[in-house]
Amino acid sequence: MTIRGRIWVFGDHVDTDAIIPARYLHTSDPLDLARHCMEGLDADFPDAVRQGDLIVAGKNFGCGSSREHAPLAIKAAGVGCVVAVSFARIFYRNAINIGLPIVVCPGVIASAIATGSALPAACITEEGQEWDVDLESGLVRNLALGTEMDFAPVPPFMTQLLRAGGLTAYTRTRIAAGDLPRARSKQ
Amino acid sequence: MRNLTLAEKILSTHVATQKPPRGEAHPVRAGDQIEVVVDLVLANDITAPIAIREFHSLGVKEVFNPEAIVLVADHFTPNKDIASAEQAASMRAFAREQSITHHYDVGRAGIEHVMLHELGLVLPGDVIVGADSHTCTAGALGAFATGMGSTDIGVAMATGSVWMRVPETIRVDLNGELQPWVGGKDVILEAIGRLGVSGATYAALEFGGSTLNHLSTDARFTIANMAIETGAKAGLFPADRTALAYLAGRASRDPTALAADEDAIYAERLEIDVAALEPLVALPHLPENVRPVREAGSIPIDQAVIGSCTNGRLDDLRIAAKILRGRQVHHDVRCIVIPGSPQVQLDAVREGLVDAFLEAGAAVSTPTCGPCLGGHMGVLAAGERAVSTTNRNFRGRMGSLDSEVVLSGPAVAAASAIAGRLAHPEEVLR
Repeated sequence: MTIRGRIWVFGDHVDTDAIIPARYLHTSDPLDLARHCMEGLDADFPDAVRQGDLIVAGKNFGCGSSREHAPLAIKAAGVGCVVAVSFARIFYRNAINIGLPIVVCPGVIASAIATGSALPAACITEEGQEWDVDLESGLVRNLALGTEMDFAPVPPFMTQLLRAGGLTAYTRTRIAAGDLPRARSKQ
Repeated sequence: MRNLTLAEKILSTHVATQKPPRGEAHPVRAGDQIEVVVDLVLANDITAPIAIREFHSLGVKEVFNPEAIVLVADHFTPNKDIASAEQAASMRAFAREQSITHHYDVGRAGIEHVMLHELGLVLPGDVIVGADSHTCTAGALGAFATGMGSTDIGVAMATGSVWMRVPETIRVDLNGELQPWVGGKDVILEAIGRLGVSGATYAALEFGGSTLNHLSTDARFTIANMAIETGAKAGLFPADRTALAYLAGRASRDPTALAADEDAIYAERLEIDVAALEPLVALPHLPENVRPVREAGSIPIDQAVIGSCTNGRLDDLRIAAKILRGRQVHHDVRCIVIPGSPQVQLDAVREGLVDAFLEAGAAVSTPTCGPCLGGHMGVLAAGERAVSTTNRNFRGRMGSLDSEVVLSGPAVAAASAIAGRLAHPEEVLR
């Protein structure tokens, strides 16, 4: 599974209030949510984002609330994949569960521009560059510069969920196959 | 079982692929990926609608156990607009269709993480999943409780199980006695300041130490509540005497009191000298920007919020009332007090706390999450700043992107409401 598109660059600790502010959570329609996606950080994003674009960010992407509206908004906005140094735990689950590919890539150095760092030009991540992400082989390619970065491939269980189209579709198949006896707790 | 953390012990007793009695022979360890049987499944008026949609699309007719599902209308309630009324209505219809007994609506609903425990629905040794990040609050009573998204919760409502990675544990030892005007909020802010907002991502925090001998359950709820603000999956306290005393007469089932092994293996250890703590604040725009309020400088405020799943319990309101009683909220400040549940509100009325708030010029609201997430009941305009006993101060969290939130405990919030700027309680009590 390879995803190719223009990148949008964000920094560290992008929280779910920035991805989709709570005032819009009176709806759960993904397209309504997409109209306000990332507007806390970039007011132009919802209008300018194109189908297949990628989000590149620093550490702890998606921190804060458990709102699944956050990855739903990103997916419905057309974003094909989020590549970040690290993700907050609940966002990570939610993205996989709804079938939004995400990649943990410590090498993306999203903050390189912001810090005006002394990194070699080959590492520099700039908004609008064309990248592609190969989920199976664990490779991010910066097509603008012709450089590559490795990441640990998505674990097999997560790939299974993504392939199935998310947790609901995966569970539906298991229930239909009689593979998932319904647990009864001590209640 | 040997050298197991509290999280590993609880999860060992909930492995879906094992038959009861679970856990004895095959304990799970940090890093294992398992399917977990859950005891309680929680959702609210924002997250339930998506969970219900996913539940229906599974092709399942009935929830796994109608008594193990809790639906609470607390975020945008009493409904702030038509769209949020529709969401609460969809949750209500689902509760009726599925005969869900624990459905709480306006008048009987409190903030979910305040009322769950009051109702005796949380027991030590339980596994609880909720479509709300602050589900970790229940760890105060020794349950493994963690927040998830709506799809996870829709699936859990159908199957009674979820997928999970057994977390590593960071042990946090609290030692020494709390000083005057220092409470649970200051303890957890100190931990967040030291660990950072992603310092415990994927891990569980396990609290211990001598402070626990005299730490109230309300303070423990506050501490466990904000474990998520370090990125943690859960924040766990042992089910000690204090926890068992709280549960007596409340618990609907027999508790399984588990504790970590003496030789448990921790990924990291953190020790907090509680006796040395002063009242703290977290400055905009991250909960890790922590410093003593005395060192924060003279920062004016427009609003003070006292409430939320973090600090909306009776102990919190008692502390605020102690400071506000006989004094006046500053002319330029709106002070909003939000009891966390109908029970807390009733107790606050009976104890005369509400009198003290109203006489001081504060507004007292019905229980709701309201302003904490910029939903309603105290949204901020551009250029405004609030001091708030809530849990997040991200940019725009309480309203305009150009507003600011400073986090504190109830003592600092009440003192600041009087002073019109961030203030240590001693400044207004002189």
